[in-house]
Amino acid sequence: MGNKTFQSLTNPLAKNNPVLVQILGICSALAVTTQLKPALVMGLSVTAVCAFSNLVLSLLRNGIPDRIRIIVQLVVIAALVTVVNDVLKAYVYDVSKQLSVYVGLIITNCIIMGRVEAFALSNKPLPSLLDGIGNGLGYGAVLVIIGFVRELFGSGTLFGYQIIPESFYEAGYVNNGLMLFPPSALIIVGIIIWVHRTHNKDLQEK
Amino acid sequence: MELLKLFIQSTFIDNMVFSFFFGMCSYIAVSKSVKTANGLGLAVTFVMLMTVPLNYLLENYVLKKGALAWVSPEFASVDLSFLSFILFIAVIAAFVQLLEMVIEKFSPSLYNSLGIFLPLIAVNCAIMGGALFMQQRNFATVGEAAVFGFGSGFGWWIAILVMAAIRERLSYSNIPVGLRGPGIAFIITGLLGMAFMIFSGFQM
Repeated sequence: MGNKTFQSLTNPLAKNNPVLVQILGICSALAVTTQLKPALVMGLSVTAVCAFSNLVLSLLRNGIPDRIRIIVQLVVIAALVTVVNDVLKAYVYDVSKQLSVYVGLIITNCIIMGRVEAFALSNKPLPSLLDGIGNGLGYGAVLVIIGFVRELFGSGTLFGYQIIPESFYEAGYVNNGLMLFPPSALIIVGIIIWVHRTHNKDLQEK
Repeated sequence: MELLKLFIQSTFIDNMVFSFFFGMCSYIAVSKSVKTANGLGLAVTFVMLMTVPLNYLLENYVLKKGALAWVSPEFASVDLSFLSFILFIAVIAAFVQLLEMVIEKFSPSLYNSLGIFLPLIAVNCAIMGGALFMQQRNFATVGEAAVFGFGSGFGWWIAILVMAAIRERLSYSNIPVGLRGPGIAFIITGLLGMAFMIFSGFQM
């Protein structure tokens, strides 16, 4: 595998993360992260959809007329999401219930459309597949970080197992209820972006 | 009266941005100037007002289990709901395409200032989210669906307008370098969200 091909897999993980740098796919990133498990499932679902939509549309790229490409892209993505939705319903029904409409919203996740438009339509299938996997995982990584913070401080558990010991609660420790509400997720993302930009100085705005 | 309640509920209590994070991408990216934000808010409200009832009709007369019974009784057991994602997004994409042509014809200045975000309304999660919530909540009439669509779009409009006004002011403040741009935008949205949480106690 060439160095450049490999970079399309690793670059989106940190340096060029789709959520933190391009501010794409935020909607679902925030809504499903009150617990770690749905966050992880969501990250994997998006990775699968992103990888395969990139692959399929890269294979089709020479046959799609430019004027109707958005509809074609949406139909391919919607078909893949329908498959993912049914798989989740069949194998992890409780998580699928928790994710509710947010599985359907993978269709309108800007990361997937954005990667197809910006990468798959002008590159060969293999780099496109890797780019899809990389971006999906980069998205998943941010989700897992947010889910970790929110579940640990909001409910004192991780993956549903109690982490903060009983003795803490007896000593007067209280879970931070705000972590379970939407605003906390926004503030956590803001702080993650802050840290990320402090490390990557070329991204900072003047 | 019921409709008014539904409108207030979908605009303030279940605000698309602050309680469901729908349409965050364009919300953060387009809220740099009040004028553009206003145009996009208007477009989103209009698209939601039209597509939610359209998708409601599609859901109730084509997709749902037994919905095809009006064609002939044999179809009463047909369940096409697995097609709902594809059909909803197709309706939305077609409608946005139409809107794009209309705006280009009648207001080229708005068309230019919205730029890439006009076609991206098609992938604005607020609109798809409105369609999916409509499917979940089983509204009784098409009128209720229309009010829900309008209320949700209007809530989104208010949210992006408030945000744009704050961000215009922010250009005079001294923000830590790493936090400038999207970072501070997220934190402000979080604070606004906390303010909007006061509505959650209302009993409608």
